[in-house]
Amino acid sequence: MSFFIASSPHSHQKRTTSRLMQLVLLAMVPGVLAQFYFFGWGIVWQLLIAAITAVSAEALCLAARERSPLRGLQDYSALVTAALLAVSIPPLAPWWVIVIGTLFAIVVVKHLFGGIGHNIFNPAMAAYVLLLVSFPVQMTSWLPPVTLSGDTVGWWDSLRLILMQFTSAGYSVDQVSAVETGQLFDAVVMATPLDQIKTDLAQGMTLSESLNKPIFGAFAGHGWLWVNVAYLFGGLLLLQQRVIQWHIPAALLGSLAVAAIIGSIAAPDYLPGLNIHLFSGGTMLAAFFIATDPVSAATSNRGKLLYATLIGVLIYVIRSFGGYPDAVAFAVLLANLCVPVIDQYTRPQAYGQAGGRR
Amino acid sequence: MIEITTTSPLHHFPGGIHPPEQKALANQTPIQRLPLAPMLYIPLRQHAGLAGDLCVEVGEQVLKGQALTRPGVDNGLPVHASTSGTIVAIQDHPLNHPSGLSGPTLYLQPDGKDQWLEHQPIADLSRVSHRDILVHLQMMGIAGLGGAGFPTARKVAGAQGIDLLIVNGVECEPYIVADDRLMREHAAEIIRGSRLLQTITAAKQVVIAVEDNKPEAIAAIEAALNEGNTSDSNLMLRVIPTRYPSGGEKQLIQVLTGQQVPANQLPADIGILVQNVGTAYAVARAIDHGEPLVERVVTITGQALTQPGTAWVPLGTPIEHVLNASGFQPSKKQRVIIGGPMMGYTVASLQVPVIKTTNCILAPTSTELAPPEHEMACIRCGACEQVCPASLLPQQLQWLAKAKDYDGLKQHHLADCIECGACAYVCPSEIPLVQYYRQAKAEIREQLIEQQKSEIARQRFEARQARLEREKEERLEKHRKAAEARKAAQAARADSGEDDPVKAALARVKAKKAAQQAAEPASESTDAPVDDKKAQVAAAVARAKARKAEREAAPAQADDDKKAQVAAAVARAKARKAEREQAEQAAAKQEQKDGEQS
Repeated sequence: MSFFIASSPHSHQKRTTSRLMQLVLLAMVPGVLAQFYFFGWGIVWQLLIAAITAVSAEALCLAARERSPLRGLQDYSALVTAALLAVSIPPLAPWWVIVIGTLFAIVVVKHLFGGIGHNIFNPAMAAYVLLLVSFPVQMTSWLPPVTLSGDTVGWWDSLRLILMQFTSAGYSVDQVSAVETGQLFDAVVMATPLDQIKTDLAQGMTLSESLNKPIFGAFAGHGWLWVNVAYLFGGLLLLQQRVIQWHIPAALLGSLAVAAIIGSIAAPDYLPGLNIHLFSGGTMLAAFFIATDPVSAATSNRGKLLYATLIGVLIYVIRSFGGYPDAVAFAVLLANLCVPVIDQYTRPQAYGQAGGRR
Repeated sequence: MIEITTTSPLHHFPGGIHPPEQKALANQTPIQRLPLAPMLYIPLRQHAGLAGDLCVEVGEQVLKGQALTRPGVDNGLPVHASTSGTIVAIQDHPLNHPSGLSGPTLYLQPDGKDQWLEHQPIADLSRVSHRDILVHLQMMGIAGLGGAGFPTARKVAGAQGIDLLIVNGVECEPYIVADDRLMREHAAEIIRGSRLLQTITAAKQVVIAVEDNKPEAIAAIEAALNEGNTSDSNLMLRVIPTRYPSGGEKQLIQVLTGQQVPANQLPADIGILVQNVGTAYAVARAIDHGEPLVERVVTITGQALTQPGTAWVPLGTPIEHVLNASGFQPSKKQRVIIGGPMMGYTVASLQVPVIKTTNCILAPTSTELAPPEHEMACIRCGACEQVCPASLLPQQLQWLAKAKDYDGLKQHHLADCIECGACAYVCPSEIPLVQYYRQAKAEIREQLIEQQKSEIARQRFEARQARLEREKEERLEKHRKAAEARKAAQAARADSGEDDPVKAALARVKAKKAAQQAAEPASESTDAPVDDKKAQVAAAVARAKARKAEREAAPAQADDDKKAQVAAAVARAKARKAEREQAEQAAAKQEQKDGEQS
């Protein structure tokens, strides 16, 4: 009989790329549930639209590149990209926002750069930036969390708002927000706590005045605190499952924390503190799910530390001094640009290359 | 200076993995002896190096332990008859090698008596010269039994006066338990061999290193150390944590001493020698008993076998015989691996023999070790880098290898890759990384050979050009010298008043002219000579014309000849006819005359 010839090693750890991606999706569940709880049905529809768009775009791109769509879709990477983008955008943003974003992420950022493993930018974040600069109004119209409004938009009205921009009663997103919040806020919805602080400071308020607004709880922004806690929990699961290493989350959160502490000591009236920075916006999502995207991150352990530190500092700088309320996407993209240089200068010393005795 | 104590701290090598050990499959039973195979296939070359020269012939009766080859051109190792019997053939046979190629092999048909050649032990090392001890080890065919099969005598010769001799009983590769069983059953002889190696190398210290997943082996070594009262600060046992590939020579050195062997150097360069426990055992047998290396412990394991275990297998036994004796039940797409699941290689034929470096024959089922699946794209996850014991960047190496960027590969120290397979083991995209590295290494090697070849060709071309240039210059020089000599000779002649031949010739011409001019006035007075000349010229022209006419006439003449012949023939025929008619007329006239007359 003839015997099967194979190259060593013959033993493999059964931890495939598909499995890793599935674990990432699973670890996002707590955060998604928190967002669902605080901001209603919108996120479900956004995830659905993003997933359908991403899978179709991925299949078409693979077919156009003469690769097997079935095999390519098995790696679940398109779904991860779709999910990351869907949880980043306002839940009631019009359908074409998420469709354009997902298409851009999959077609331009991923496949035009050579498909999985070859993209230099994080697809979800590049798409987020595209949407933010193209549709600033839609991309900043967040709903107030349910704990403030006391009510959420139902699943049907959410879908109508996303698809047709009006509820069955004929209200638009702005109007819904205004009605639901009982005119707690200005007519224009100031969605996120970070955005609120930025606007208030620009209007001459001090930080403590801004933090006294009802959108903030005792520790951080209402709702957003728990969303971040949920993503932190999911991230710790990823760490525990060894899907990600500790280097990137630790360095990102650490550098952001150090910067926030220094800032709040230097200018307590103008620069928000540690609690606000760590538990607002997309901090935890970035630290555990976005910056850890292996394709666009640095490779070596030292490189990862450097890369994530850069992101943490950039998030702080852009949040504090830049023109946009949150900064994760910009920070990640800027750090992505630095990856080749970081990789070049953080190469570990190979065995026996130190030369002679220690 | 390296000094190790039983309590000195152990160090870490970067990376490493913990694959399923699967050692319990085969290490529960003592080392057995299998029935002798009906035919042994003893390859001439079983160690790292060239084969020796044959010293037996087909049909010759040999005894067990008899040398079948002697060290050849590179002074390598001999091979010996693993049992007594007859050499029935010497021909190509599938080799126990990843290439699957065939090579010259002795076919030894056992006579079943297993009769030894007389042993020649060394009774007292101190009475034998160092050189003779090394020659003895060489002639006993001792090679490193851990994997590479490097001739032990040569390795020892290059490590004299070292600080530390490490006897490697780590056996970190999953499934393999040959050293484990050997340590359990022959601890005293392993210690004896270690002592002998210490004496031969004058090593200051000996450390026997064992992974902590072999408690029985550790206990056996400890017991033997205590029993022989041989435990002292110069020879000790160190138990190291289980982590693949801590049994690799470089990694073990790092774990025990914290030092790294510098690139392109040997452990001996930092005062260390590493020998496998099996080699230490073989050294003890060779010196104390005069037994050449004719058998070794082989792990026979895998779930495709009903009776896995370990056995003393005579070198040259086909692995088919070994597997069948262990209840081999092959399935579809069955793999048979020589070595372990991390670094072993598959063989296509079961006729390949057990050789000096064969420590394991592994026959896994496909559920046990899943066959390789479809390679997916690298997602740069960096898992490979986390486990690389050589601190390389496997993922970058993979990109570079695929791009055939050999300079980049050199910059990323591909040569320092020990092919342990840890990277490919953890790769979630199932990229056969080691395969890419092997291929790249082979291509670099080939490129190097090509470069050397073209370098030699260039040198030869340049040498030839230089020679041609030199010869041309020499030729020019010769001509120049000859010309100078001629000029010098001329000058000498001119100086001595001798006539220059050219001048002489010119003078003769002048003299002739003068003579002609003197004769001219006479010729002007009478025209006769001129007329004579004209007549001659006219005659010559007439002759030429005549010749031309003749040449032109020649073919015509030939034609005319033919016509003339035809005409002549016709004429002759007419003439004959006329004659005949005349004759008839004459005869008729005669008859008339005769008739008139009568």
